[in-house]
Amino acid sequence: MYVAVKGGEAAIHNAHRLLADRRRGDRSVPALRLDQIVEQLALGVDRVMSEGSLYDRELAALAIVQARGDMIEAIFLVRAYRTTLPRFGYTKAIDTGAMLVERRVSATYKDLPGGQLLGPTFDYTHRLLDPELAAGGDIAEPLRRESEAEAMPRVSAILAREGLIEPDGDMPQDHVPGDITREPLEFPMARDIRLQALSRGDEGFLLALGYSTQRGYARNHPFVGEVRIGEVELEIDVPELPFAVPLGSVRVTECQMVNQFKGSAKAPPQFTRGYGLVFGQNERKAMAMALCDRALRASELGEDVVAAAQDEEFVISHSDNVQATGFVEHLKLPHYVDFQAELDLVRRMRAEYEARENPAKVEEKREAAE
Amino acid sequence: MEMAAQSIEGGFADPVFNAQTVFRAVMDAMARPGSVQALPAFARPPVPLSATAGAIALSLCDNDTPLWLDLALQAAPAVKSWLGFHTGAPLANTPADAHFALIANPAEMMALDGFSQGTQDYPDRSTTLILHVTDLVSGAPLLLEGPGIETSATIAPAQMPRHFIEQWKQNNQRFPRGVDIILATADSLTCLPRTTRIKTMEA
Amino acid sequence: MTAQSTDIATYNFAYLDEQTKRMIRRAILKGIAIPGYQVPFASREMPMPYGWGTGGVQVTASIIGPDDVLKVIDQGADDTTNAVSIRAFFRKVANVAVTTETAKASIIQTRHRIPEHPLKAGQVLVYQVPIPEPLRFLEPRETETRKMHALEEYGLMHVKLYEDIARHGRIATTYAYPVKVEGRYVMDPSPTPKFDNPKMHRSPALQLFGAGREKRIYAVPPFTDVVSLDFEDHPFEVQTFDQPCALCAAENVYLDEVILDDHGSHMFVCSDTDHCEKRRADGHRGHFAPETLAPGNMEPAQ
Repeated sequence: MYVAVKGGEAAIHNAHRLLADRRRGDRSVPALRLDQIVEQLALGVDRVMSEGSLYDRELAALAIVQARGDMIEAIFLVRAYRTTLPRFGYTKAIDTGAMLVERRVSATYKDLPGGQLLGPTFDYTHRLLDPELAAGGDIAEPLRRESEAEAMPRVSAILAREGLIEPDGDMPQDHVPGDITREPLEFPMARDIRLQALSRGDEGFLLALGYSTQRGYARNHPFVGEVRIGEVELEIDVPELPFAVPLGSVRVTECQMVNQFKGSAKAPPQFTRGYGLVFGQNERKAMAMALCDRALRASELGEDVVAAAQDEEFVISHSDNVQATGFVEHLKLPHYVDFQAELDLVRRMRAEYEARENPAKVEEKREAAE
Repeated sequence: MEMAAQSIEGGFADPVFNAQTVFRAVMDAMARPGSVQALPAFARPPVPLSATAGAIALSLCDNDTPLWLDLALQAAPAVKSWLGFHTGAPLANTPADAHFALIANPAEMMALDGFSQGTQDYPDRSTTLILHVTDLVSGAPLLLEGPGIETSATIAPAQMPRHFIEQWKQNNQRFPRGVDIILATADSLTCLPRTTRIKTMEA
Repeated sequence: MTAQSTDIATYNFAYLDEQTKRMIRRAILKGIAIPGYQVPFASREMPMPYGWGTGGVQVTASIIGPDDVLKVIDQGADDTTNAVSIRAFFRKVANVAVTTETAKASIIQTRHRIPEHPLKAGQVLVYQVPIPEPLRFLEPRETETRKMHALEEYGLMHVKLYEDIARHGRIATTYAYPVKVEGRYVMDPSPTPKFDNPKMHRSPALQLFGAGREKRIYAVPPFTDVVSLDFEDHPFEVQTFDQPCALCAAENVYLDEVILDDHGSHMFVCSDTDHCEKRRADGHRGHFAPETLAPGNMEPAQ
């Protein structure tokens, strides 16, 4: 006897209960605390803040635990929370030139004002698994510089002084930056909007696209002018006060790519810019973003659009991993109504095909059936 | 009453649910042009802004929607500060920049084509006009046809803009561009979206 | 008013903040005023994934009030997991009455079906839409498709349908079958089977469409022409079923094929579960209904 499937509600409830159990795992192992994640999985926290578009380490850590370490799920949790937050205002643009720098490297100069500063980097570590970490041994305190930090002008400013690099954007003075969280996207988009979308874009997607430009799919001859990581002040203008009010600071990673450019009908020979900026410490993402930003400026600079990384609609429409994962994963929702319609069509078309190709056989079948 | 108090008072007593009720009335009226939706006086704006028009503004306008006021309303500072306080909507520099226009005196209003008509690519970027009318029965009868209307509907709004039928025909001809109109009486509203065609009763 | 509050987060009635609701409400009004035109809106992240009904949920959350009665269906059924989940969401954040009965609902949110029971004036049908652009699979670029709609240039769609006929002898589109609204905009009806297309034409109910990931809202007002695209020599036709519903004997309804064993036995039952239950409660019996199979037991179905 056929009984239609019921009880979706109970099934969902039980599934979520099982999820909670698996998330906790073996109860004899101590539960993770958020401060452990914030302190010891800091780069994961940074990625969730960056692609979740919400600078809050504790919430990002909570999202990582809740998502069982699934980063895209954690990013999604943070986004769904941030969208409910009221908007009090917009800060002034941050000044990365005034950054309290912890790491700064330039590939275009051997030495430069402020110097090369390696900071906390994986670079030049030998990727050998470290059994001592597993044993949880004591870690030595880091060395700290004794002198006051020297000012660190941005490499792009050094090049600009000589007039070798294009000006930093051509937005009019009174341009009000857009806000992709508040306005629907419209193509073609202004660069400020595009950079916002790239900054919250999926690290893996931008990495692959950036890589593709290096392999000849819209090669743009990049040099890392500099990558810098550190704390920048946030300030907000309050109408009642004559000065900007400091709100605190955030850690960001900025990459200024300097790209060789032979000139075109639209622009003279000069170095051009690709820009990347993300929350926290993530220079892979900032560098990939800078490569993509430069590639996406093709039309603006009079270059032919020949590769995926230069195609604004393609890149921006597919860079958001929360959107992408939702739509890919929605395929597991029931589609049987549409599938039924397709089944019917395929059956009919196959019957017609059979009748056309093999009339005798169809006749036999019919007789057998009768 | 003192202006400061006047601009702060008279908003929705229950912002979430009042806004929802007003919106549903506007949505139903827009979906069924010519149908008259009754509305309690949720808002008490300063004169000459009517309770209904004020409530519609509170439910739909905010700092993302530049607002245009006709001369009668522009001349009333209390109205401006009331709208500013409760909606945060900036005043539009020109009618063509306005997302919404509040018109207290339709008989004297500027031509419909002076407002934003939207573009062929984005016909939604047009002005929605909110017109004060004294009633919907004592004016010249308008026979309405089009989407949302099963066969036909009739309204007879008083004090409509001059040459309205001719102007509305031109508005129809601009489709998908064009303006949409909400007609607000003291206690009810009805809508004329750009798809609604008007036939005069004589015709 | 807050629907729910905890230490870390409070949510507004119907989840969305009031400014977001206003933005969506404005888009809905524009959609109604320009039937079939896709209004861009600043879709929000919702607490369910994109592609799982976030557009429909945002539309419903923006129109729903405390007096509404909500029905949610997926594949025509009230008990499919995602329908259960969305219904539970609104019960939680809006404390709204819910029903499975089409006739009793003031708002019906749907994915992939239009109820069999005719809709009436005052009801709102909210569709969840994955890809709102009917031209998207012919032209992936938004900049191009926008131009085509602006210029009413729909030749590409007719070419596609005609190629179907040339290749397959028929239009090989069975769902998300494109329609023309009020003689102007070509519109995607969402992935409903084309069986449901005729129900859209001059429906007394208001039809709203929400595409969250693609950030578009569109609408068909009541009593509006919705015509499925076709050719004179290949007129539009809907799928027909050779047999009635096995449980309630309904004809001229959309049926699901249910596989009964691994030897290819199957039966067809109503996709609209509410419609099927109503008919059985009224005494209609299909050839596979439990009562038919066990004639001693004529108790009405629970």
